[in-house]
Amino acid sequence: MEKLINEFSFGLFFWQSLIFIGLILLLRKFAWKPILDAVNERETSIKDAINAAKEAKKEIATIKEDNQKVLKEARAERESLLKKARSEGANIVTQAKDEAKAEADKIIAQAQESIQNEKRAALIELKNQVAQISLDIAEKVIDSELESKEKQSKLVNQFIKDAPL
Amino acid sequence: MQLNKKISLLLIMSKGLYLYLSAFILTSFSSLSAKESNTKEYESTGDLKSEIKAYILHHLQDSHDFNLLSYKDKTTNEKVYIGMPLPVILWDDGLKMFSSSKLKHGKNVAQKGDNYYKLYHGKIYRTDAKGTITYDDHHHPTNVKPIDFSITKNVISILLTALLMFVLFRGLAQSYHKNGMIAKGVGRFFEPIVLYVRDEIAIPNIGEKHHRRFMGYLLTLFFFIWFLNLLGLTPLGINVTGNIAITFCLALITFIITNFVGKKDYWKHIFWMPGVPWAMKIILAPIELLGLIIKPFSLMIRLYANISAGHIVLMSLIALIFIFKNWIGSSLSLVLAFSISIIEILVALLQAYIFTVLSALYFGFAVEEHNENDDH
Repeated sequence: MEKLINEFSFGLFFWQSLIFIGLILLLRKFAWKPILDAVNERETSIKDAINAAKEAKKEIATIKEDNQKVLKEARAERESLLKKARSEGANIVTQAKDEAKAEADKIIAQAQESIQNEKRAALIELKNQVAQISLDIAEKVIDSELESKEKQSKLVNQFIKDAPL
Repeated sequence: MQLNKKISLLLIMSKGLYLYLSAFILTSFSSLSAKESNTKEYESTGDLKSEIKAYILHHLQDSHDFNLLSYKDKTTNEKVYIGMPLPVILWDDGLKMFSSSKLKHGKNVAQKGDNYYKLYHGKIYRTDAKGTITYDDHHHPTNVKPIDFSITKNVISILLTALLMFVLFRGLAQSYHKNGMIAKGVGRFFEPIVLYVRDEIAIPNIGEKHHRRFMGYLLTLFFFIWFLNLLGLTPLGINVTGNIAITFCLALITFIITNFVGKKDYWKHIFWMPGVPWAMKIILAPIELLGLIIKPFSLMIRLYANISAGHIVLMSLIALIFIFKNWIGSSLSLVLAFSISIIEILVALLQAYIFTVLSALYFGFAVEEHNENDDH
């Protein structure tokens, strides 16, 4: 203990106190405060950034979910549209077919009718011609055979009777 | 809970320290006491062992010159010192200033005005023109000792360390703004240590709420002790933190801050310990009051003893090389000195840490707030 007291130098104590306290005050103002402030600021900014990243991640997840939903809906819509289109197409085809068939039937019926008409006309003409020919023949026959009136009418009646018409 | 944790931490730490300390104090004090008697002998006999002891003792003390090395000139048989003189400032009925080269390491009497001064065992005494020193019965000089404000080797070392710290940490502080909140340069190495002091020393011991107030002191203290401890391990032969005046100053500042910021609870725990019978309170008060002094006193002695002991052990081991003067002994001492140097690097950090942790702990006690119904 005596040695310690003997070793104690007041001058050194004085300078040490002066320099050390000065150093504390200077460093506090020019070093520790800015360093700790900067570090704190950095720490809070890191914390904020992490939080923001988390938030963003969450947001992305919800957006993804939404996208999935929209995609699903779109797909379903496409599916239904396709279905609709397909059925409509089929409808159109059958309708067209029906119409075509109807038209064809109509045309065929018309054709048949006109054929019948032609046939009928041809027959009438034939009949007329046959009648004409018959008349001509009859005239000639009459001319030749019928000199008497009775004979004439008898023959006419016979002819008419024999005619198949 | 918090208090119990702190106390157990303190106990563990002091136990470990005690083993370490007692081992080193034994070696240091035995060699110190041996030296006191031997320094006088050395001047007359001059044998190697006592010369080494005197050399170590001389190294541990502050010096008025900044000497790097000294040797004996073989032709003139005089000691030659390589280094630089430092200013001597004395208060002896007015300020007296002169260069320490005038004292010539105690061999000359320096004249300043009408007074004569002589350096004797590291201290400056006022003498007559011839430099006579009178002694009392215990061989202590009885000459007038002027108050010595000299810029000694230690003062220079402290100044340089302070300058280094200022430049270093100012640079670190500025690098944040220049480099987008990221440390740059040499300071980058120290940023984690600054954070360690904040997160592992200040906040756990003082608490989140109050720690900011003490950060300036704790950080300065930690780096100041650490840097000076490390400087003491360089071959410059500086021993600042192993000087009682330095550790006294540091411990005193811790003591003053502790009691200055002490809150009602802190004083209540000293003078009227809550939760114990009144008779115990009366017994505890003086013990607690004594503890007020013992705490910083232990801080002072711990740092002083550790660093001094480290220097003594290291220098003794180096000296053994010259004592053995053979291949086996000297190389063994070299290996030992090398390993002790490595341990000392660790001790340099450890002592800075312990001083800072304990200071923080004492501040923590001072600002701690207890609940009204919390009894312990």
